[in-house]
Amino acid sequence: MRVIIAGGGKVAYFLARNFLAKGHTVVSVSDNLADCRWLARRLKATVVHGDGSDPAVLEEAGAHEADAVLAATQSDQDNLVICQIAEARFHVPTTLAVVNDPDNRTVFPRLGVKNVVCITELASNLIEELATADEITNLTVMAGGAVNVAELVVRDTSPVLGRPLAEASLPPDVLIAGVVRDGCATIAHGDTVLVAGDRIVLVTLPRSHGRAVRLLTGED
Amino acid sequence: MGRRKVGEFVIVVGCGRLGAYLASQLSQDGHSVVVVDVDEASFTSLTAGFSGFRLEGDATELAVLRQAKTDKADRLIAVTPHDNVNLAVAQIGKTIFQVPQVVARVSDPQREAIFRDLGIHTVCPLSLAASQLLGRFAEEPPDGEEDPTA
Repeated sequence: MRVIIAGGGKVAYFLARNFLAKGHTVVSVSDNLADCRWLARRLKATVVHGDGSDPAVLEEAGAHEADAVLAATQSDQDNLVICQIAEARFHVPTTLAVVNDPDNRTVFPRLGVKNVVCITELASNLIEELATADEITNLTVMAGGAVNVAELVVRDTSPVLGRPLAEASLPPDVLIAGVVRDGCATIAHGDTVLVAGDRIVLVTLPRSHGRAVRLLTGED
Repeated sequence: MGRRKVGEFVIVVGCGRLGAYLASQLSQDGHSVVVVDVDEASFTSLTAGFSGFRLEGDATELAVLRQAKTDKADRLIAVTPHDNVNLAVAQIGKTIFQVPQVVARVSDPQREAIFRDLGIHTVCPLSLAASQLLGRFAEEPPDGEEDPTA
């Protein structure tokens, strides 16, 4: 595949590196001479010095034969115009714009650029996901790793819901020690019935730990 | 007052020489004008007769165009020094905010042609100047001219 990558920053550089590693032909375009030199030293790619939104520069980069144009400059509007020119003038089959402003992920498709990746949105979603993935907290390991104590939230897909724990066919070596429901903590017994959303304190031996967690979070 | 319907709501993006001139003129002609520029200092170029609003911000951001009440605008004129900013703002004004009349200044004639074909109203100062100068070639043969050295 012949790919033109516009932009001289890190995003453009790593995109180019990945495409080259997969055996594609890459032409990098940047209007910054220092960035061009930097890219040329590090990449086995053709580097064109010029404004990627200038049709003459895109043509020089081989836009007529390109299979894809990735617009990854620092400026959202430059990336918009690069993709539009690549499609309208050179009929490049695939174009993609990298954007910073999350609004542009919905704006650009309405202006005809179908593929839009918002780096800031990706990063913030990922971080949010990581920060809220607190459904399982390893509280402690005791006896030098022989016993795990973990806290987790029981999901509605878990098969142990709706019947007393004694009949819930939990794996051996697993003890549900405590249940926190509506901010109220109780010690679990054989007749305790779990409901979705319960936060439980789970005591396991390492060989049963994974199975118990999957069962209770409903991932099995 | 000109032939224009008085009382139009016009957004001028870019308060450089052209933007400041247009904004001042339109305001004096009785239109409601909002002029948007990333640089607050640029507003000093507006004449004393300008009675519209100044908005400091990057007009390529949807939030800034919303703040300028672009959805209510009759016209949007994008005349920053950057072709791509003007093209992006004009397209966002036309497509997202449904502004009836949008114009973008585009300095690069090649780029202008592409976006004119895509249905964006563009003004290319270079093409305008060139066509006027070339027009003069046709209208005024050198023989008919007074000799400037005489």
